Amino acid sequence: MVLFIGGPIIMSLYFSFTQYNIANPPVFVGMKNYVSLFHDPLFWKSIKVTLYFTIVSVPVGLILSLLTAMLVNLDIPGQRFFRTIIYLPTVISGVAMAMLWTWLLNPQLGIVNYLIYKFFHVQGPQWLFSETWVIPSLVVMTFWGLGGNMVIYLAGLKGVPDSLYEAAQLDGASKFRQFWNITLPMVSPTTLFLLITGIIGSFQVFVQAAVMTQGGPNYASYFFVYFLYQQAFGSSNMGYASAMAWVLLIGVLILTWIVMKLSTRWVYYEGGN
Amino acid sequence: MAEHTVSQPLAQMRPINSAEKKIRVGKVIGLLALILISILMLGPLFIMLSTALKDQQTVFLFPPKWIPNPMHWGNFAEALTTRPFGQYFLNTFKYAIIGTFGEVLSSAIVAYGFSRYRGRGRNTLFIVVLATMMIPYPVVMIPQFVLFKTLGWTDSYLPLIVPSFFGSAYIIFLLRQFFNSLPNDLFEAARLDGFSEVRAFWNIAVPLCKPALASAAIFGFMFRWNDYLGPLIYLNTDANYTVSIALATFSGQYSITPWHLLMAASLVAVLPPVLLFFFAQKYFVEGIAISGLK
Repeated sequence: MVLFIGGPIIMSLYFSFTQYNIANPPVFVGMKNYVSLFHDPLFWKSIKVTLYFTIVSVPVGLILSLLTAMLVNLDIPGQRFFRTIIYLPTVISGVAMAMLWTWLLNPQLGIVNYLIYKFFHVQGPQWLFSETWVIPSLVVMTFWGLGGNMVIYLAGLKGVPDSLYEAAQLDGASKFRQFWNITLPMVSPTTLFLLITGIIGSFQVFVQAAVMTQGGPNYASYFFVYFLYQQAFGSSNMGYASAMAWVLLIGVLILTWIVMKLSTRWVYYEGGN
Repeated sequence: MAEHTVSQPLAQMRPINSAEKKIRVGKVIGLLALILISILMLGPLFIMLSTALKDQQTVFLFPPKWIPNPMHWGNFAEALTTRPFGQYFLNTFKYAIIGTFGEVLSSAIVAYGFSRYRGRGRNTLFIVVLATMMIPYPVVMIPQFVLFKTLGWTDSYLPLIVPSFFGSAYIIFLLRQFFNSLPNDLFEAARLDGFSEVRAFWNIAVPLCKPALASAAIFGFMFRWNDYLGPLIYLNTDANYTVSIALATFSGQYSITPWHLLMAASLVAVLPPVLLFFFAQKYFVEGIAISGLK
C-alpha cells in the first residue's frame, strides 16, 4: 500500500516540475508550473469556489447533523424507523444522486420551484443555472446525506453519561445550558473527527461539478478537483495538474494542522489531556 | 410499551407538574421535527419513483402530478434497453465485488499484523498508514494513471481492482481496533496448541471479527458502486462502462433530457446499495459507530 501511495506522491512531485503530456517523456521546467498556476485566474477561482462550498457546507452540515442526532436520541417511539429513514439517502450517492437533484432543482419543471411557487407565490431561483445559487444548491444537496454524520454523532451522544445531566438538573441548569456545557464538550472529539473528514471530503468535490454543472455557469461551480481533472485528462497537462495536486495536498495538510492546533482549545477529552 | 399503558391512568390521576408538561411538549415538538425531516429525506426518492412512472408528456406538466395515472412501468424496460445496462451492471458488480474482496482481505492481514506484531517501528509504520488516509485521491491519480498506461492496463478493470489488493488505510484502522480488542490469552492458547500465525489469523481472528469485516465490505462495495472518477479516467469503451458512467452519459443521445427514463435508470442503479442497506443495516451502524468513536 505504501508502494501505491508513497511512490505516486513522489512521482507527482516530480511531474509537477515538468511539462508532460504522456505521449512524450516529461521535460523538466523547474518552477514554471507553479508560477503560471499562481497567475492563472481559474486557479484562484477554483480555490474560491471550493473554499466557499467548504465553509458553508461543513459547519452548517455539522450543526444539522448534531441537532438531528439529538432528535433521534430522544425517548420517543419509532426512533428505529426515523433513524433508518434519515440514514437511507446516504447510501445513494454519486451520479444517481446528482441526476436526481438536477431534476429536483430544474427551474421550470422541478419540484423545488413548484413548492416555492405554491407556498410563497414567487418564482424560485434558477438554482444550478444561476451563478449566485449554484453553490447553495450543491450545499443543500449535501444536507440530504447528513444521516452518515448523524449516526456518528448519535454514537457520541450515547457515550455521554446520564449522571452528568441528572447532576445538572439538580443544579437547576436549563436545557440550553445542559446542551452548551455538557453535550457540546462531550461530543467535541466527534466534532473534530467529522470536521476534518468533512473538510478533506469537500476539498475533493468532483461528481457534482462534472455531472451537474460542468463547472458552470460562468465557472461559478468550478471546483478545484474538477479543474485538476480538466487539466490532466481534458488538456493532457499532466505537469500542471500535478502541481495542482501538490497545492491540494499541502492545503489539506496545513488546514488539518490548523484545525488540530486550534482543537486543543475546544475539544474536551475525558480524563484530561 | 406495557409499562407505558400501566402508568397512563396514574398520570391522569395526579396533577401534572410543569416540568413534566415541558418534557411532554418537548417530545411532541421533537416528534413533529422528525416527521418533517423524514418527509424531506423521502421526498426526493418519491419524486424519483413518480417521475420514473410518467410518460414524456406528463413529465412536462405544470403543476407536476404527484402520482402518475396511468403508471408507465414500461419505462424501466425502455430505459434499461436503450443502452446495454445489463453489461454495465455486470461490470459494476465485478468491480465492486472483486475490488472489495481484495481490499478487505489484504487490509485484514495488515491489520492483524499491526495488532499482533510487537516489534520496533510498528507504531511509526501505523502512523504512516494512517497518514495515507489524509492523502486526497487526486494527488496519486496522475502517477497511477501514467503507470497503468505504461503497463497497457487502461480501458480495463485492472487499474481499478489491483490497487485494492494493497489494502486501505481506513479499513486497516477499523480492523486493527477490532483485533486489538480480542484477548491475548486466546492467541497464547492457540500457540500452545501448535497453531501457526496463519491458522490463528484465519481460524480465530477472522471468525471473531465477522461483523467488522462485514461492515468494511459493505462500505467498500458502496464506495465502488458509486465511484465515478476512477472509472471515468480508465474506461473508454462503452462495453466497459460502469452504471455511474452510463447514467452520466445517458441523456447525451437525446435532444431533450428524457427525465422519466433517466429517473427510471437511476432508480435501478441505486437499488443494489439500497437493498444492501436494508438487509445489512446493523453492520452499517456498527461500522460507522466504531470508526467514529476512535
